[in-house]
Amino acid sequence: MPMTDSLQLVLFLAMIAASAPLLGRYMARVYEGKGTLLTPILAPVERTLYRLAGAKVDKDQHWTTYALTLLAFNLAGFLLLFAILRLQHLLPFNPQDLAPMGTRLAFNTAVSFVTNTNWQAYSGEVALSDFSQMVGLTTQNFLSAGTGMAVAVAVIQGFSRRSARGIGNFTVDLVRGVLYILLPLSIVLALLLVVQGVPQTLSPYVHATTLEGGRQLIAQGPAASQIAIKQLGTNGGGFFGVNSAHPFENPTPLSNLLEMVSILLIPAAFCFLFGRMVGDTRQGRAIFAAMTLLFLAAFAVVYAAEHAGNPLIPALSVDQTAGNMEGKEVRFGVLNSSLWAVATTAASNGSVNAMHDSFTPMGGMALLLLIQLGEIVFGGVGAGFYGMLLFVILSVFIAGLMVGRTPEYLGKKIEAREVKLGLLALLSMPLGILILGALSTVPAAGLASVQDAGPHGLTELLYAYSSATGNNGSAFAGFGADTPYQNTMLGLAMLLGRYAVILPMLAVAGSLVGKKAHAETAGTFPTHGPLFVGLLVGVILIIGGLTFFPTLALGPLAEQFAMVGGHVY
Amino acid sequence: MLAIMFLRQGALCLVFTALLGVAYPLLVTGVAQVAFPDRANGSLVRDGEGRVIGSTLLGQSFTGAGYFHGRPSFAGEGYDAASSGASNLGPTSRDLISTVAARAAAARGDGGATVPVDLVTASGSGLDPHISPQSATFQVSRVAHARGLPEDRVRDLVAGRVEGRQFGILGEPRVNVLALNMALDSLGK
Repeated sequence: MPMTDSLQLVLFLAMIAASAPLLGRYMARVYEGKGTLLTPILAPVERTLYRLAGAKVDKDQHWTTYALTLLAFNLAGFLLLFAILRLQHLLPFNPQDLAPMGTRLAFNTAVSFVTNTNWQAYSGEVALSDFSQMVGLTTQNFLSAGTGMAVAVAVIQGFSRRSARGIGNFTVDLVRGVLYILLPLSIVLALLLVVQGVPQTLSPYVHATTLEGGRQLIAQGPAASQIAIKQLGTNGGGFFGVNSAHPFENPTPLSNLLEMVSILLIPAAFCFLFGRMVGDTRQGRAIFAAMTLLFLAAFAVVYAAEHAGNPLIPALSVDQTAGNMEGKEVRFGVLNSSLWAVATTAASNGSVNAMHDSFTPMGGMALLLLIQLGEIVFGGVGAGFYGMLLFVILSVFIAGLMVGRTPEYLGKKIEAREVKLGLLALLSMPLGILILGALSTVPAAGLASVQDAGPHGLTELLYAYSSATGNNGSAFAGFGADTPYQNTMLGLAMLLGRYAVILPMLAVAGSLVGKKAHAETAGTFPTHGPLFVGLLVGVILIIGGLTFFPTLALGPLAEQFAMVGGHVY
Repeated sequence: MLAIMFLRQGALCLVFTALLGVAYPLLVTGVAQVAFPDRANGSLVRDGEGRVIGSTLLGQSFTGAGYFHGRPSFAGEGYDAASSGASNLGPTSRDLISTVAARAAAARGDGGATVPVDLVTASGSGLDPHISPQSATFQVSRVAHARGLPEDRVRDLVAGRVEGRQFGILGEPRVNVLALNMALDSLGK
């Protein structure tokens, strides 16, 4: 790795490692209702929102009520967004006079933004008015992120509270996360992005006459405000069709660094928030270590593959020292494109600054696998952390089986009920990816979306269902996603990947919160050391690997061998 | 009971919409328009009479031999700034490999046998404003010949237009094609 590349990698990692613990500490204060610097300004707004929703700060909800409130809130958000997309031609801020979105595409898009997936079967500048982008999508970017964070906090309460009945109050957790964490960070990031050149305007598109005398219509809009929250909330839905590869979304290497750090910032901070809330910071650091290990391993694979370039392009006629540049931007090059790709698939962000469809087979496979592991390597805001806790439960369970003791985590006994619920949540990934994905290979309506021939075509389809079920939202974008069949089926995959994990995890929290905590003894398996980190990483890789390896063999691995053997399709 | 819960959550959603979907973007728009009007409106480039030529951040189509060319583009019909797009072709696509070979064959006459990779592969956005310094140097002799300028003069112009890494660390060295071509035009005057 050239020195210039290593420097950028180290700088990125250092920024995460330095800021995540600070933010985690702040977030713990916010969720515990302690005062912060922003309390004097935001407390009146906070109280108004509670009154409106009929929530009381000290009134804890049983997990079933928590879940019902969450579902009601998300359903309201879905209906509102669906209505906006269908009626955008009648609403204001539509300078390009864009038509309403079709029913199935609007269903897919509304589900996509409410579930924090931000899969985009449309192209922003062609399909959406400023009103739809701002009022519809920007709002859901915040609310879906706030929802995921609330669930993670509730699950953490399941471990940290003793012999309690309630796991917190959904409205309170949601409002606090949005007002004190997402909103202030977004304002700061949005303005920094404007300084780097991201447009923020309500004017119509601009007509230009190019230097050679051609015509160019320049699309713009209130982009910076949406891009800030799409990165911080691990949403990932771009303002423009090509997302953060677009020079207006991501104009400079500095905007690129800020956006990349924003992808991992809150998910990483959750590790440290966890450590604080359970009163043992070592526990949070152990999980952070496991996530970082998996992240670096994936990065090494992607970077090496992209740096090597495409052997099918004859070396005599093309100089590939810059690596595989198809679908990449010159200002980012291979290092920043690879790093972003790993960050966006590790976290369930899904924004892209280079086209994943044109990555080398091994590079693309590492990205696919990161999604398939369940979006737990940092993962979505909140969603990644409760997903990781699911693997933690499985790991202590397996460790318990090995030594023949009842497994415990943070003093709480992990029993049959928690393990069963955890496995139920775990099944959503193979169900959405393997079953729904396989289903899509049968009817002509499903197959028609595949663009490339050969094994790469299968990878495109696998990636689409992995991205939808994992609530990631990035795509092998050659895949024709905007068809009635895919809009419906991928919409269902997104719902499955979101709520079939949230509900069992809230049930786990509800079950754990009532348990007494046992004091640590000499026989307690320590969950903060390197042994546990190794076990956790092993469990994640074995479960993910065994579930998805056969499909990876038919897709990216087969393509790798074909590429090395000189085959094209 | 459930109906009341749903109505209350719906009301919460509406107020959040006013706060996050209206107040927040308008606040950012207001500050951006006042503090950074040029950048908030797309960093537009104008000619002497105030007509918009393009944006410093966006590439545009150059086909004449007397201009430096940008990267192959899949945005609409090419550099369509209202329809960003990429080829999205996979690495084993016959279409990709043959297209790259054809582009390389066409470019070879410009400056040597091996063409820099960014000049024969499509960008991610279809609007990449940059090429690598190697790709700019590669085109020097064609541009100089077409304009009847000495090669050294054009080469110096390119050298002066290479943007280094941001803060010496971030990103890759690059050349903004529109800015380079505008400098080229004013060279002739």
